[in-house]
Amino acid sequence: MSYIERSATEIATLVRQGKVSAIGVLEAHLAHIRKVDGIHGVIGGDRGTEPDKVHAFISLTEERAKAQAAAVDAKIAAGEDPGPLAGVPLTVKDIFCVEGTASTAGSKILANFVAPYTASAVQRMEDAGAVTLGKVNLDEFTFGSSNESSAFQPAPRNPWDLTRVPGGSSGGSAAAVAAYEGPISLGTDTAGSIRLPAAYCGVVGLKPTYGRVSRYGLIAFGSSLDCPGPLTRNVTDAALMLRVMSGPDPRDATAANIPVPDYVTELEKGVRGLRFGLSPDYFRIVYYDPQTEKLEEHPVPDEMKKAVLDAAERLAKLGAEIVEGVPMPHTRYGIPAYFVISRVEAASNLHRFDGVKYGYRTPEPVGDLRTLYQKSRAQGFGVQPKLRILMGMYVSAAQYSEQYYTQALRVRSLIRRDFDEVYDPQGAYRLNALLTPTTTTPAFPIGGVYGDSVLMQYADQLVVTGNHAGIPGISLPAGFNAEGLPIGIQLMGPDFSEDVLLRAGRAYELSTENEAWRNRKPKLLSTDFADF
Amino acid sequence: MSDEISSELCKHLVELAALELDADESEYLRRQLNLQLKAIHELETIPLDPQTPVASHGVSYTATSSPALRPDASSPYPNPASLLTGAPETEDGYIIVPDIPKQDLT
Repeated sequence: MSYIERSATEIATLVRQGKVSAIGVLEAHLAHIRKVDGIHGVIGGDRGTEPDKVHAFISLTEERAKAQAAAVDAKIAAGEDPGPLAGVPLTVKDIFCVEGTASTAGSKILANFVAPYTASAVQRMEDAGAVTLGKVNLDEFTFGSSNESSAFQPAPRNPWDLTRVPGGSSGGSAAAVAAYEGPISLGTDTAGSIRLPAAYCGVVGLKPTYGRVSRYGLIAFGSSLDCPGPLTRNVTDAALMLRVMSGPDPRDATAANIPVPDYVTELEKGVRGLRFGLSPDYFRIVYYDPQTEKLEEHPVPDEMKKAVLDAAERLAKLGAEIVEGVPMPHTRYGIPAYFVISRVEAASNLHRFDGVKYGYRTPEPVGDLRTLYQKSRAQGFGVQPKLRILMGMYVSAAQYSEQYYTQALRVRSLIRRDFDEVYDPQGAYRLNALLTPTTTTPAFPIGGVYGDSVLMQYADQLVVTGNHAGIPGISLPAGFNAEGLPIGIQLMGPDFSEDVLLRAGRAYELSTENEAWRNRKPKLLSTDFADF
Repeated sequence: MSDEISSELCKHLVELAALELDADESEYLRRQLNLQLKAIHELETIPLDPQTPVASHGVSYTATSSPALRPDASSPYPNPASLLTGAPETEDGYIIVPDIPKQDLT
């Protein structure tokens, strides 16, 4: 098996045993990236350039990666412990600061920003021996579900069908992992931004509990919702990565002071006795249709429902209990509430970009500071940040905040209550996790939704509730539809139950390991991996 | 039904947001804002007990799960010059900006 087909767990094991070098693993990945990724996204780039490439990256930091790989090899040679991620190539969503490297948030306003410090999640992985290949693309400031809003074009394409989006906002992460450009990627999830692209690209994506992973060094969007987390090709790698990243951090007052279990050793404990719930509220889509200006309701596509029911059957055969008809009545309000809460938080966070301290400043001569702010922000922000700032300011204005913002925060309580009731160990349902489709559709065509901000947001309907509630969720690859597009299923559990979700994910993975779809690879990888 | 965010209100929000929009961008954003508000109004259909608490976070922080607060003590940043390298214009360790507009509030 070639280096690029290896999982992070396999690479770390081989490197630690001295059977392969970190430099060798890195060189193989760099050669593969040169072959499949094409040009990196740039400001003002052509959206349609090289339609046969993935375009996951904004920046590849080869020299930095080579120095890290050499340091890992030197530790091995010296008999020192290189860490649990020794020599594992890592890609990082370009919403994290990495010292000395461009950290752009996919926005022109930060295109020239070189971070003066490194995010805790990245630092912990690099300290554990990971080799950072570079930064991968995203929706501008993470605002989107397709990656099309990035100021850095061409934006990533879905490796399974290059005419389709990879999902967002961690689309570069999901595309890079699916295209074997690196076995693991660090993403963020504010309204499903890890789980949705993971589902669209056929990889594993884990949104940890809010507070499980430090947000220090993450360029903020929705401060009460943002969660860093792993995107990987298998569940074991997600467990390994989460174990390294998690835990308290004196630099983030929201990083919970709760011990981190050894997610990896918990993995093989199976699902016997666990209770998984199926909810009718997660088998339908309720959305506001801007064309008809009416509330529409449809069942999720049959193929998505079948994938969930198949997973339930497999878990049941392994000794789990499946509980049907679980009511989650406030699911449909997740997106309307998110429209309010996330915009208020985004508007607040985006006020710091002013053309003064760092980032883009208008080159036009301006007479006063106010004009400098206006022109720098007008020229530096794309459409999506502007839309969020305006909405955030409107719904939090003194005369409207009770009607909108306070109402949305109350609805958030109800969404949280839905989960609390079904997870309550003394309650009627006593679930360990809900089992749902991750998304309401498979990956949609590039250009198919972009521009319609309402419809784009509703793509997140089945994942955003987890962000409101703060609970963990994992998206698992569950086969393909008739068009050959990946389907994802989701498990959502109570606070800090990542160990259980990973166990269940591993059990499902084992139960499907002999299915033919497990051997599929994106067509663009049809050349012989043995080259690498 | 008239749009909730009129052109005039949109202009006011743009001013408050310290932005500038050309006519096309302004009209597109105003239309999207009004469409989003129609989706947001679905929240009003929920029979909501006024005693329902607001949730600013999903996860509750307890005395044991909250990290201990750091001592309220300042310490100098080891390399302030490195922070200034990202500023668009500096001089002698200061950030340069144009004139700050003054407004007579009397």
